Amino acid sequence: MSDAEQPTDDHVPGDDEFEPIQVFPEAEEMDLRPGADNCYKCSTCDTNCPVAEVDDEFPGPKFQGPEQWRLKRQDDHDIDDSVMKCSNCMRCDSACPSEVPLSQMHNTARAEYVEENMSKFSREYWRNRMLSNYRQLAPLAATFPRTANFVMGLSVTKWMGEKVLGIAGDRDFPEFAKTTFREWWAKRGGNATSRERAQEARAERGAEVQNEDKRIAYFHGCYSNYNTTEVGKALVRVFEHFGYEVMIPEQACSGTPMFANGMLDDARRAAETNVRELSAAIEDGADIIASCTSCSMSLRQEYPELFDFDGTEDVAENTWEAVEYLRVHEDLEGELEGTQVDDTNFAYHAPCHSRNQGLDGQTMEVMSAIDGVEAEDVGDSCSGISGTYGWKEENYETSMKIGEEMFDHMEDAEATTGLTECPTCSMQMEHGTGYEIQHTLQVLEAALVGTELEEA
Amino acid sequence: MAIEDDVLVIGGGLAGATAALTAAEEGVQVRLVTHKQSTLRHASGLIDVLGYTPAGEGPIVDPFEALADLPEGHPYERVGTEAVREALSFFDEIAGDAYSGGHTASNALVPTHGGTVKPTARYPVSTAAGLASVPEDTLLVGFETLTDFDAPLAASHLEAAGAPFSARGVTLTFPGIVRDDAKINRYAHLLDHEETVQTGAGETSAREALAATVDAHLKDESRVGFPAILGDDHAADVRADLEDALGVDVFEVPMGPPSLPGMRLEDMLYDALGDAGVRVTSGVPVIDYETDGNGAIEHVVVDRHGQEVPYRAEQYVLATGGLVGKGVRSERERVFEPIFDCHIPHAAERYDWFVEDVFGEQPYARFGLVPDRELRPLGEDDDPEFSNLRAVGGVLGGYDYAAEKSGAGVSLATGYVAGERAGTEASR
Repeated sequence: MSDAEQPTDDHVPGDDEFEPIQVFPEAEEMDLRPGADNCYKCSTCDTNCPVAEVDDEFPGPKFQGPEQWRLKRQDDHDIDDSVMKCSNCMRCDSACPSEVPLSQMHNTARAEYVEENMSKFSREYWRNRMLSNYRQLAPLAATFPRTANFVMGLSVTKWMGEKVLGIAGDRDFPEFAKTTFREWWAKRGGNATSRERAQEARAERGAEVQNEDKRIAYFHGCYSNYNTTEVGKALVRVFEHFGYEVMIPEQACSGTPMFANGMLDDARRAAETNVRELSAAIEDGADIIASCTSCSMSLRQEYPELFDFDGTEDVAENTWEAVEYLRVHEDLEGELEGTQVDDTNFAYHAPCHSRNQGLDGQTMEVMSAIDGVEAEDVGDSCSGISGTYGWKEENYETSMKIGEEMFDHMEDAEATTGLTECPTCSMQMEHGTGYEIQHTLQVLEAALVGTELEEA
Repeated sequence: MAIEDDVLVIGGGLAGATAALTAAEEGVQVRLVTHKQSTLRHASGLIDVLGYTPAGEGPIVDPFEALADLPEGHPYERVGTEAVREALSFFDEIAGDAYSGGHTASNALVPTHGGTVKPTARYPVSTAAGLASVPEDTLLVGFETLTDFDAPLAASHLEAAGAPFSARGVTLTFPGIVRDDAKINRYAHLLDHEETVQTGAGETSAREALAATVDAHLKDESRVGFPAILGDDHAADVRADLEDALGVDVFEVPMGPPSLPGMRLEDMLYDALGDAGVRVTSGVPVIDYETDGNGAIEHVVVDRHGQEVPYRAEQYVLATGGLVGKGVRSERERVFEPIFDCHIPHAAERYDWFVEDVFGEQPYARFGLVPDRELRPLGEDDDPEFSNLRAVGGVLGGYDYAAEKSGAGVSLATGYVAGERAGTEASR
């Protein structure tokens, strides 16, 4: 939004005579006092915290949020270092019956801790910075994917990673795609090709061929771009199938791993780019669609809680999770009726960040519309990896303990293919069970479009 | 395009879950939308029907007999005694072996963590060995790190209240707990998963270590009461192992919030919802609605983090709870129901909303919707607010569940009646 477009209060009726005078100085930090005061200490959040249940060093979300916030009003209190043990699953948010903004409190506390109490020369700081800025390293690996995959898979690399950086040596680094999603998109002809395909699909469906409303901007995030490009391609094909023209705006990391590591400055830079680019896409008539539930969570909830760039609210209000969008704008279940897929048994895990958006039952409902598909929900526990959390050597054991319930339920389920919307949950599911893991969009693609050979 | 179902229940506590389960019995597609986690997480897990009369007389021996004398407008009076009985049978079917008390119409007396006794109609099987009416000497075990349960104090309260047995309390260290503020599900997790803990005698499993700790203090009591932290997913196994090791009956004393028996009840209900094919959408609030212009709700609007998504059904059930669950809210000027703005009678002057005696007859405790006999909330003009909306549980007014000990029973009975009606009408 340019300066000329700044909203004014002129249209508010009856404010002609009222001229506000600034009595108090501009607040320099967020005032979370009303949020802290809303806490009546029922401790429901604590009983939802997957970390506090297994980690004796973690005092739980009630302490990290409202209690620490109050403590901080005393000048001589630093943020407790245990805040770095919070995995940022955000379960406490949807647990709280009293509207306490717990994850917002955790995010600000973590940022303050990193800023003021963590040595910028420490191994932990650099490891966290590297993990949360995976986006900066991925392009290099993606340029030489074979070398990167080879080197990352070497036991000596893992050993070095653990000893030097504190990255859990038991984890397998995600494989880098040989062609990134954006490269594939560009080769395919970019937005122009998508417009053509959308128009063809509309013609085939007997709909109006020219339709400015059927336009989405895809926020693919880092993982679909560099690693699981098949998820991004599935999204494109499924949306085009419904006659949507897909645009791929410039974008930075959603910021999720940065929030979780207290790297709020890095997150702010990324968010600024995203809000600018996505606002422009909205101006062009597109809705914003994400395939990763942590990305959509970040754009919808964390951005408005933590930043106030022009357009932040606008982006939050126009961002959707992909399947949610199709369910509300198309007759997705009707379209899926009578369709079939080859692999019909799935063990589904709802990511924490999808729960917080009210999307936890969605995949199960949509899957039941496809002929012969049996999806089994493996329970409401957290997978335990929580983005970068489970990658840290000191959290690895806790992460696997949290995941134990999910692994057990996956093994009890009939299926040997896992299903989830979150890239890191997917890593954890694979790591704990050895199952192949798919994204909901891939199943929709198989049902609606069929699994095409790699497009040129 | 709206998300479509036949019956939509708003609110995921005991009343909402019961309504959804009953409606699903009619063979219709039911969805339950719940915002934050329900007050079941605060609840004792006991299923009270009526412990005291509205005038404060009791404890009542036979709650069903006492229902006939309730004043007009009380939720039980609205649905009738038979419906309360049916609702309890419905609950018994869902609960199976997990709950006791169905063998008699009389109230059981369950010791609480404060050492009082609570009259209740059904109780989790984990509390069964502890009933205050059973004349068996009792050892209550508290833990230094669980300050909500002072076992010696609770024991002396029980004796002072005239319990027909001798009670003794000890405070011990819980093996394996290292934090002063460990969460209740940390205790439960240690026992559920048989984690290895360090004791004076070396490494041992959490259950064995706990039994050994208590055994050293057990004299000739024939039962031992623990705060309600004995496991979550494997609570029955934990209790059985402790009973084997100690050679006496083991029971749990229901605790204040957060409460594992409440969470276990919640899990049980949500498993039943899954089995019944009820679709559950959680974590997001219903914020608005549209009518069809003929006095019926056409759809409601769910706020999914900024996206306003329409959810449509034939019939709607409002089960959003009372002042704690936030189904009833207040500002300085008014008391209101936040989704449909249904009528809530209350004094215009806010100083008349309460009386000075804390335990007196508090007007605010009875704030809530006024329903007709079909549980449709009535407007100020005594006509139903909407033809296809029913209200159940804590959002209803006209009763003081805390004083009467009637919260769970009202939720079950009204949920059962409204669910059945909604299901029947939606299947037409």
